[in-house]
Amino acid sequence: MQKFDRLTAVAAPILTDNIDTDQIIPIPRMLASMRPDYGAALFGNWRYVEGDQPNPSFILNKPPFTNAKIVLAGENFGCGSSREHAVWALMGFGVRCVIAMSFGDIFFNNCFKRGLLPVVLSPDLVRSLAAEIMSTSEAHPITVNLVDRKITTVEGTEINFSIDDGLREILLEGLDEIGKILKHELDINAFQMRDRQLRPWIYEATPAALRQQMAVATGSVITSEPIKR
Amino acid sequence: MTPLTAFDKIWNLHVVKELNDGSVLLHIDRHMMHELSSYQGFDGLRGAGRRVRNIELTVGVQEHILSTDPGRNEDSFAPGADFLYTLRQNTQEAGIELVDFRDSRQGIVHVMAPELGIALPGATLVCGDSHTCTVGGIGAVSFGIGSSQVEEVLATQVLPMRKPMRMRVVFDGILQPGVFAKDLILYLIGKIGAGAGTGYAVEYAGPVIQDLPIEGRFTLCNMAIEMGARVGFVAPDDKTIDYVRGRRYAPTGKSWTAAESHWRQLTTDEEAIFDREITVDTTLIGPQVTWGTSPQHVINVDGQVPDPQSISDPETRRNAEQALAYMGLTPGASLIDLPIQNVFIGSCTNSRLDDLRAAAAMIQKRRVAAGVRAMVVPGSTSVKRAAEGEGLDRIFIDAGFEWRESACSMCGAVNADKVGPGERCVSTSNRNFEGRQGPNSRTHLASPAMAAAAAIAGRIVDIRKLGV
Repeated sequence: MQKFDRLTAVAAPILTDNIDTDQIIPIPRMLASMRPDYGAALFGNWRYVEGDQPNPSFILNKPPFTNAKIVLAGENFGCGSSREHAVWALMGFGVRCVIAMSFGDIFFNNCFKRGLLPVVLSPDLVRSLAAEIMSTSEAHPITVNLVDRKITTVEGTEINFSIDDGLREILLEGLDEIGKILKHELDINAFQMRDRQLRPWIYEATPAALRQQMAVATGSVITSEPIKR
Repeated sequence: MTPLTAFDKIWNLHVVKELNDGSVLLHIDRHMMHELSSYQGFDGLRGAGRRVRNIELTVGVQEHILSTDPGRNEDSFAPGADFLYTLRQNTQEAGIELVDFRDSRQGIVHVMAPELGIALPGATLVCGDSHTCTVGGIGAVSFGIGSSQVEEVLATQVLPMRKPMRMRVVFDGILQPGVFAKDLILYLIGKIGAGAGTGYAVEYAGPVIQDLPIEGRFTLCNMAIEMGARVGFVAPDDKTIDYVRGRRYAPTGKSWTAAESHWRQLTTDEEAIFDREITVDTTLIGPQVTWGTSPQHVINVDGQVPDPQSISDPETRRNAEQALAYMGLTPGASLIDLPIQNVFIGSCTNSRLDDLRAAAAMIQKRRVAAGVRAMVVPGSTSVKRAAEGEGLDRIFIDAGFEWRESACSMCGAVNADKVGPGERCVSTSNRNFEGRQGPNSRTHLASPAMAAAAAIAGRIVDIRKLGV
């Protein structure tokens, strides 16, 4: 998990509403291999024409946005499929921050697992940020400062943003979430002990539990089908 | 006692610990995995030297990147072979139950989990798949997660979560002829928008829902995510209990008795407060068809495609223009009589026995129109067998539909089942996104009856005018 504290970079406005994760990373590019080049797959439907020729009219193919590390987006960015691949694709391209009017819920949560900062700003602020950026042909970067929860625009205006304290800390420190959860392992053990009494059916009748009971009852060894290619 | 919503009751029962930052560790009762979103979680575990905590609460199933060809094997859709093999290897190494594609229990994960009684009312269930909300149809709190969360659940059986807000959608009124659960949910999304449910757990309630069979409730819950809600559910009632009783992995004997009385308490209290309440008069709803590239782009089949010029917000107008251009439609056009080239009856939205019956009923011994490729992909191997048991397969095959093996298929073009560039498909699935059913495919979402009728006519038709 990559840390995020502050970033000064080119921001690319892609303000269409409801950009779903199928657009952020289309299925065919996800299936190309088990570990494809996610960055190359970003916005695959829009970024390329005739297979893999760069589409000259798509913003990420136009300098200075080829170096964008920030994306400005509209409402409901990242809606649709739960694929975390969408986060990997953005980060693979080099994007570390998405500033949107709103986000799809699962995508928003996935961002914090890898070190992508999602910032919610009002539609007006996103539009004015975008307008400032598009009013110049030069690469005027903006700054996103998570430490102070502040964005500095191309023209130097400061915009405050809010973010949940816990989520901010995860990004600032690049925390290993599983390590953090496992500090509460005793609580999880205690919960399951109690819960087995309260709701035994949750633990008793599952496919694996039944298979195990059957094996004990018949004295047979648990075998599963050998792995084969 | 404070009146609680059904969602609050289920949530509270799963709180392992409240953390300082306002989030909780939520216990996960069932973790379903498929071959597209789970291997990254296993990679992470391996890298950190961690083990799967509760193998008995975890089940893998092969259903995504899988051929639907009769007689299929692991290599029938070559790009999927590595994914399928890796799920087999990962589950076997960990000792996790795998339902492989040859297994009679196999099916689309959201179809087979409740069908087998793996998913239960009042349980929390997750899967690395956004349509996990489907299982809310039996009163489970079920939601999609990303691959990092797959890893978290594998390692800890809990998830750090913030409690969502609560929304209730009450469906009241008459269900008009030709209107199904699919039409209810498409209509709702059209009214409130594809982002309106973000941050909410949505409970569907009201007289229409009380009368709705469990299969229809799955359809309704399935598309909660299409309005942004990770959780959609219907509180358990008699229909739920009857549905679960006797399922392969449902509790039995004393355990069943205890479970049933527990589930019956998981209803919303009379005075419970929701953060948002919406009432829908179903009397107004006709068969729905989408015209654009978001599920919110939807109209009654006899309505008109909107004219972007009439939209004042510039961004919304541009989005509508872009959608119309992608779909090859003109402002103000009618969808009726629009020629189509593909029909897909399947997906976790609409692939259960009732769906196939509703589709078959539209055929009336007629044939699929010339130039239309129509396929039926049952949601599970058991749905397929049951349909064959009542002769539905013959009705479809005789009419010229393809009768295929269960998998996700043309819903997301995750195998060879694709819609060609520029072609239209009337699809019973859940997403009409750009390229969702293949590069430059044009999707019109609709109910199974509307899809079957379109296949026969070779164009979009209003099933209310067919007199069947």
